[in-house]
Amino acid sequence: MLAEIGQLSLAIACMLSLLQTVYPLYGIYARNQSAVESAKILTNLQFVFVTIAFIVLCYLFIANDFTVVYVATNSNSALPWYYRLSAVWGAHEGSLLLWVFLLSLWSSAVAVMSKRLPVESIARVLAVLGLLSLGFYLFVLLTSNPFLRTLPYFPVDGRDLNPLLQDVGLIMHPPMLYMGYVGFSVAFAFAIAALMEGRLDSAWAKWSRPWTMAAWVFLTIGIALGSWWAYYELGWGGWWFWDPVENASFMPWIAGTALIHSLSVSEKRGVFKSWTVLLAISAFSLSLLGTFLVRSGILVSVHAFASDPARGLFILAFLIFVIGGSLLLYAVQASKVKSRGRFDLLSRESLLLINNILLIAALIVVLLGTLLPLVHKEIGLGSISIGEPFFNKMFSILIVPFALFLGVGPLVRWKRQKINELLKPLVLSLILSTVIAVLFIFQYSSKFTWMALLGVFLGFWILVTTCYELYLRATFRFTLLKGLSKLGNSHWAMSIGHAGFAVMIIGITMTQNFSIERDVKLAVGESIAFEHYDFHFDALENADGPNFTATAGVFTVLKDDKFVATMKAEKRIYTVQRMPMTEPAIDAGVTRDLYIAMGEVLPDGSWAVRIYYKPFIRWIWFGPLMMGFAGILMMLDRRYRVKKVSEELEGNV
Amino acid sequence: MPLSSFRYYLMPAFILLLCFISVGANSAIETFEFDNVEQEQVFHDLTKQLRCPKCQNQNISDSNAPLAKDLRNKTYELVKQGKSEQQVVDYMVARFGNFVRYDPPLTPATIFLWLGPLVFIFIGFYFLYGQLKRQNKQDDHLDSQESDRLEQILAGKTSVNKKTKQEKK
Amino acid sequence: MANTRKILTLSVPLVIFFSVCYFLFKGLYSDPRKLDSALIGQSVPQFTLQDIYDPQKQYDSSIFKGQKMLLNVWATWCPTCYAEHKFLNKLAGQGIYIVGMNYKDNRTKAIKWLTDLKDPYQISLFDENGMLGLDLGVYGAPETYLIDSKGIIQYRHVGDLNEKNWSETVLPIFNEME
Repeated sequence: MLAEIGQLSLAIACMLSLLQTVYPLYGIYARNQSAVESAKILTNLQFVFVTIAFIVLCYLFIANDFTVVYVATNSNSALPWYYRLSAVWGAHEGSLLLWVFLLSLWSSAVAVMSKRLPVESIARVLAVLGLLSLGFYLFVLLTSNPFLRTLPYFPVDGRDLNPLLQDVGLIMHPPMLYMGYVGFSVAFAFAIAALMEGRLDSAWAKWSRPWTMAAWVFLTIGIALGSWWAYYELGWGGWWFWDPVENASFMPWIAGTALIHSLSVSEKRGVFKSWTVLLAISAFSLSLLGTFLVRSGILVSVHAFASDPARGLFILAFLIFVIGGSLLLYAVQASKVKSRGRFDLLSRESLLLINNILLIAALIVVLLGTLLPLVHKEIGLGSISIGEPFFNKMFSILIVPFALFLGVGPLVRWKRQKINELLKPLVLSLILSTVIAVLFIFQYSSKFTWMALLGVFLGFWILVTTCYELYLRATFRFTLLKGLSKLGNSHWAMSIGHAGFAVMIIGITMTQNFSIERDVKLAVGESIAFEHYDFHFDALENADGPNFTATAGVFTVLKDDKFVATMKAEKRIYTVQRMPMTEPAIDAGVTRDLYIAMGEVLPDGSWAVRIYYKPFIRWIWFGPLMMGFAGILMMLDRRYRVKKVSEELEGNV
Repeated sequence: MPLSSFRYYLMPAFILLLCFISVGANSAIETFEFDNVEQEQVFHDLTKQLRCPKCQNQNISDSNAPLAKDLRNKTYELVKQGKSEQQVVDYMVARFGNFVRYDPPLTPATIFLWLGPLVFIFIGFYFLYGQLKRQNKQDDHLDSQESDRLEQILAGKTSVNKKTKQEKK
Repeated sequence: MANTRKILTLSVPLVIFFSVCYFLFKGLYSDPRKLDSALIGQSVPQFTLQDIYDPQKQYDSSIFKGQKMLLNVWATWCPTCYAEHKFLNKLAGQGIYIVGMNYKDNRTKAIKWLTDLKDPYQISLFDENGMLGLDLGVYGAPETYLIDSKGIIQYRHVGDLNEKNWSETVLPIFNEME
């Protein structure tokens, strides 16, 4: 009965989204005020019904209702309740429901929190969001219904959640990632609404900026979580694999990063408006494209598609309609936009544009690297693979100008900047960051490579210029401390965000250049030594869990004969799916991780063991955390809250 | 051990894909002996840049599939014989095609991998140049107000002052 | 006039998007895991392998010359091979010359399989450690190679042969060959 209620609410939500699209637009056309105002009510109603559907599905999982196909294939009664809950979005159907639920959540948030915006503008925005929801509701209902029953013959127990997903990191990762993907729909809707209206002004940039920032924060943290999860769960010690699925999340992120910067220029200076709109369309379009790529099986597994060709075709048709339609609207309407502001070659506007260009070049690298194998095969040139060596090469090249400009950018004024005023800070920063980089490498590594020096230098270059800029800004009118306390949230947001990026670059450089990997044969009682560390294999232990059996290898780690840690690396077999899993042991630290993964038992009773020494790998995730925090600070800036109304009124009068 | 069951052995880093996974994280760990450190390094580099053709998207170092194991052993054998990195890659490409290497070769189509971003950067800078040039034309008829402000900016730090005010607002 | 030019410039993303969609659409109907053989147009690599029934009997690549034939890679651990076997028997019945290559398998199991299910192969090679398989670029079983009378590989079919793909794709190529 419950499943039917869920399905019914979903169908009602679908109808409401259709109304939400059509009725307000009709209202604008017919100058019917109540129809225009209905947008908010319809949006909130739609949210209520999809929430019912979502809660019902969650309940079905918690209650182990194996009469529902989706529950039976992705859960098991032996699963702890929190994994049963995360199993809701553990596979295609449920994750799509999560997607529409979040889309509706965002729409509703726009409806509730935009009281101060002109009612017609908000009606347009909500209508666009309604159209997107409609597409996804139809997709769920027609091709991927999570509420289908197994009746009359239902299984006694479920087939269990994929063991890879039985992990705490994975409870939060998908909702975060989806909040990011879906969140870009708001920026998209604002852009489309502005194009429809033919009014692309600074107000538009100002309205969509906090929304875009919110989505970007979620996406940043979502991707970082995913990378962290892959690192500790997959047992290969890697943190990024350039897999199409990862690329699918990375592309909207790059576009979003370019967008938040471009929006700030459009808001403050009124330039690059048509470029910003294109970025807003692209960020969400790339989210949609990513969805298509991973759900159609076009790049990854044709099996999923062969079983249901309707899915791939449906999303492709939706893609053509939404993206094609918006790009067409863009081509026609954006041509009317005139950019007014003026700026010099050496100005913050130019530097932001240059960084936008480099970001989009990076986006093109990822896009081509992901799609070209497909094209290559289709035009009859045979199958090729594009992976880590290619991407790493291209990104190591692109990061150099990007980081250099990033360091200079905040020091440069809007409109125009005299070059001789810049010389002193730049030369000082250059010297300082080179010295720090050299010292850093000699302190934390026994080896030296030029690539590492370059990477670490770029990181410190950003850090030093960021601090320098803060210092200059703070001491311009006050003493240092007073000046720092007077800086606005958005200024801190910029500095912390950039510093987070620098931290990430340093982490990546150190990990990529100085990681050590050892595959060794160890029996209980033996030990291996490298990089001042001694790994002593003490014992084997039984470590069974509720739905798996496991053996754990216990290691004692010493550094220069001093105790560091006891580490337990497990080898698990999940009983329902008969799947072996490596649960590595990780001793985390600020300057290095130690990582032990158990392989197979060898014929003589010893084990194949993989040991990693990963310097500064935590920085790779700490950086994005800083960036996420910076984004939140930015949203808390006063400009986007209290002052909004009055300024808007001033501007319009 | 059926090879065919490894058809969907793919790198499941992100959840969107998870409905397609059938085999999980079970890293391949083997202990090879080498003559010297350089050889070991060559071996490690090779196993990271050769793709397991049977698995979905994994290099032969990470994959536990039987075919990946065969390729690892072959790579080890060739490296032990003193073959260079390029020779081993060529050996694999001759048998499994370009699909086996993660670093794509230069073909009429793959040239766009490098050209695409480069062309975009050129177009971007051309656009920036055009924008600045158009402004310069207008700048020729700078009105008096505008040139006053220019003067001010050149003379002092007025623009910074104004900006801090704006932010405080 | 200037506006038209501007619209055209701004249409570039649209044009790029539609060309991408064309490939995405085509990609929906092709299997990204089906690889073309790297050995098309080359002769079968050199090898020395035992006969599956008789370890004393050895073959080399000269067996692939003289007439056009199929080289079928199979194993008892491969469920798809089981499904395919009946069809191979049928092809053998039609007089098609098929060489079998038992790939990374167990000799006793393989002989039992051939005795129980009938043997469609004129010659059965036993590639226990996958040596020839590696040289051929075999990445799964079953695979079927089309080899012409000069011993040149002309086509590789990945997956099972059945009535449909045989008559639609493989047979036309087989008939073309000399």
